[in-house]
Amino acid sequence: MIGFLKKINWMTLLIPIVSVILGLLCGAVIMLIIGYNPLLAYQSIVESIFLQPYYGGETIRAMIPLVLAGLAVAFAFRTGLFNIGVEGQLMVGWLASVACAIIFGHLPRVLLLPMSIIAGGAAGALWGYIPGLLKAKFKVHEVISTIMMNYIALYTTAYIIKNFLYHEGERTPTIPASASLASNFLANLTQGSRLHWGFIVVIIAVIAMWYILWKTTKGYELRAVGFSPDASKYAGMNVSRNIVLSLTISGIFAGLGGAMEGLGTYQYMTINSAFTGIGFNGIAVALLGLNSPIGVVFAGALFAGLQTGGLTMQSVAGVPVELIQIIIALIIFFVGSSYVIKWAIERLSRKGHKK
Amino acid sequence: MSIFEVLTIIIPSTLLTAAPLIFTSLGGVFSERSGVVNIGLEGLMSVGAFTAAISTLALEHSGFGDASPWIAILIAAIAGGLFSLIHAVVSISFRADQTVSGVALNFLAAGLTIFLVKMIYEGKGQTPYITHNIDKISIPGLSKIPFIGPIFFQQVTYTSYLAILVSVLVWFIIFKTPFGLRLRSVGEHPAAADTLGINVSRMRYIGVALSGVFGGIGGAVYLVTITSNYSVSTIAGQGFLALAALVFGKWHPIGAMGASLFFGFAQALSITSQQIPYLDRLPSVIMLTAPYVLTLIVLTGFVGRAEAPKADGVPYIKGQR
Repeated sequence: MIGFLKKINWMTLLIPIVSVILGLLCGAVIMLIIGYNPLLAYQSIVESIFLQPYYGGETIRAMIPLVLAGLAVAFAFRTGLFNIGVEGQLMVGWLASVACAIIFGHLPRVLLLPMSIIAGGAAGALWGYIPGLLKAKFKVHEVISTIMMNYIALYTTAYIIKNFLYHEGERTPTIPASASLASNFLANLTQGSRLHWGFIVVIIAVIAMWYILWKTTKGYELRAVGFSPDASKYAGMNVSRNIVLSLTISGIFAGLGGAMEGLGTYQYMTINSAFTGIGFNGIAVALLGLNSPIGVVFAGALFAGLQTGGLTMQSVAGVPVELIQIIIALIIFFVGSSYVIKWAIERLSRKGHKK
Repeated sequence: MSIFEVLTIIIPSTLLTAAPLIFTSLGGVFSERSGVVNIGLEGLMSVGAFTAAISTLALEHSGFGDASPWIAILIAAIAGGLFSLIHAVVSISFRADQTVSGVALNFLAAGLTIFLVKMIYEGKGQTPYITHNIDKISIPGLSKIPFIGPIFFQQVTYTSYLAILVSVLVWFIIFKTPFGLRLRSVGEHPAAADTLGINVSRMRYIGVALSGVFGGIGGAVYLVTITSNYSVSTIAGQGFLALAALVFGKWHPIGAMGASLFFGFAQALSITSQQIPYLDRLPSVIMLTAPYVLTLIVLTGFVGRAEAPKADGVPYIKGQR
């Protein structure tokens, strides 16, 4: 029995690993076809991240919103909901945190910083609550409604910045230092990267997701609804309320991700004409991380590393950085096709046994 | 400015912006009617626009002149169809979550097209501008009709009328032919269709491939009539807008066309409202978000229930109940 369980766990772990390897292999094949040196390209990524403190710091910096976005997607997935709206929730969170920091700029740091972070989370929560409510009350599919909410967020944030918080350079003013997560200490440590204290928020969020889902009754209900809404309803759980709750909490994670960009990385928000891409990458991170908090951290580290290292790859090996996006897309395809990978692994291992 | 003059600005502009949306949302109708959710419309449009850009440039260079953009649209249709097969294989044969596959398709399209642009144009992030785009023209004869002519037949492109005709054709195919009946049946109740000897996987492959063809055309039309070059921001959200039009039109070809025209109207208003008295005081954000807000309202069922095909998004596994 224990052996059997072990085998299953290995299997689930194997799929993301196989997917990543296949994705990187496909990337290498593309590079070979076009005439680049894949070894040099991958080597430049690895070397820059692990040997150059600046790129190491930037990788962790990129991880911060990416992991939060991944947690947001994963949390909703656990309740059987597909939150494509992380992108929009992140944007309203970003704007709300920056706006809060600017409007209440006179308050002391102990008040202003937590307030601004909470404002980001709250805005994200609202943007998640609406699709949750639409799903619970009117059975509107969350995939469609969250996509719509993304665009509403994109245009609304741009409008608000343009009309109420405008500063030269198509952006909001810079937030006061008392609301900033940036730190000279961390920057000096990593030779001037934009690494900021936001990683502490990420650690808290990772633990919070694990605790809520696996250590509380409410979390048990949320996961039960994800497994089978009908059975949960029969057991006396309020399915509608759990759906709303799940998307709202998911929105908080996403909103916090935006707040980290606003208060940490950039210290302001630009008028966006297109999405940041962090929210969509969050979907990839959650899928690769098997929707578990710790898995999301690893997947987030991988994608953040690829994206940051991709810039060195472009300058060293001359490969356009878009190759990274292609590799990430392929990895999602492979993780999504887990059914075939499982089937292939099982066949291979059965053949091995026969011999 | 009289109402008549206002209409001569807004209606042609509406027709222009609606055409790519109509084509793409019709593609969505094929895919989703067959039971495969297609979030990847955005990516299919990107592939179409990219293909149209490079093929128009190549055709112009070889001296095809004014025919170049039209041939490019056809090439883009093929490219879109081929590209959509990735979504078909992964979501139909490999039984991946269709939304996941669609998201990945968008990623792949965005990455691949810009990657190729950089390959072809030595590191530049955008293609050169095409010189032979499909121009706005006044349709001979019809544009001379008093009142109607200047509103509907001046400053328009043929692609807009083509889009409207094609949507009627798609309606006929889906609701009046045996093929359409089969396509709808695998989207509503694949097990029943299977029992009657319809090859569910094949019908779904056709549905997805057609969505690729139409998405490719949509992207190509957008390129040759509106933007004229391809860059990372060319198809910024047009595919998702087409997806909204598909839902707003309740998965019906004529509905999707109507919704596309309406969204085109909203886009046209947000662009042209500065020239129009009274409207220039309205914040443009209202026009920009209107399509999405209205789609949400329609989905809540206040204005007639929008029902997706029953088996939309559900992989079909033989023998499983």
